[in-house]
Amino acid sequence: MKLDTFKPTTVYTIYIAATREQVWQALTSAEFSRRYFFGNAVEIDLKIGGAFIVRAPDGSLHIAGEVFECDPPRKLTVTFNVNWPALVERLGATLVTYEIEPAGNAVRLTLTEAHDRPIDDDILSGGRQGWPAILSSLKSLLETGTPLAVEMAPPQRMLEALKRLGIGTP
Amino acid sequence: MSKPEFVYVTYIETTPENLWEALTDGDFTERYWFGVRLRSDWKVGSAFEMVRGDGSVSDAGKVIEYDPPRRLAYTFVNLSDTYKGEPPALATFVIEPYDKLVKLTVTQEGFAEGGKFLDGVSKGWPAILSGLKSMLETGKPLEIPYAAMKFES
Repeated sequence: MKLDTFKPTTVYTIYIAATREQVWQALTSAEFSRRYFFGNAVEIDLKIGGAFIVRAPDGSLHIAGEVFECDPPRKLTVTFNVNWPALVERLGATLVTYEIEPAGNAVRLTLTEAHDRPIDDDILSGGRQGWPAILSSLKSLLETGTPLAVEMAPPQRMLEALKRLGIGTP
Repeated sequence: MSKPEFVYVTYIETTPENLWEALTDGDFTERYWFGVRLRSDWKVGSAFEMVRGDGSVSDAGKVIEYDPPRRLAYTFVNLSDTYKGEPPALATFVIEPYDKLVKLTVTQEGFAEGGKFLDGVSKGWPAILSGLKSMLETGKPLEIPYAAMKFES
């Protein structure tokens, strides 16, 4: 897989009063991620080629991928493929990069979602709805010790677009 | 091609009324908005300005919508030479209750083709709105050096 064929489709930047190590830990630990990522647990083997997995609260596989860049506590790039039948065959891989940079007494976390082919805005609406909620909650958790109680269903326009492409959804 | 615009969504543990005050009260904005006080009588059509600590005006435009605590819109452009000749761009704030939280959506549009102001606001808003969220949730603003945002000059 060639990373340079992937073009950013969604970028979200947030500043957090924390250290880079704390943000890295929050992004890569199962226990921590469960608290801000809609109950989902990140399991990651932190080396190039290592497995990246996100488990739903019931333990089932929600997202599967592989580590492509791993430079703690600065940069992490993984494939982030939602485990819905035919999704990768129809849309190709989803690439997610987290960059963590110092910014005064805070750090800047930049999330980039990228794809290697044009993807319809209806499909991208899932990530564009989800990332701000997930990362707002991550910030609250690191700054206050308590995550946000954000609950949301996948956007209807995304589910309909996936269905049109013959991609199975829950 | 869609029109160039900036969109940012954040979720904040607060009330719509507190968020409204944080977005419109100069005493409050001074604490999280790089020391800038917003100055306006907030009547639709009135002047809108961002005023630095030394009294100079950094950005200027006018009030377009004022509907507390739901919708606020104003135009502005930065007055530095970097953005010379670029028109004021329309920033809209939509405040929605979301369970026990508040969802804030900020959009800005109306940028000049090939201008630099879209890049400027794209770097500025995430820092300002992250500081706003921290202020409302923890009482403490972030201290982000201006240089950390890597604005073009």
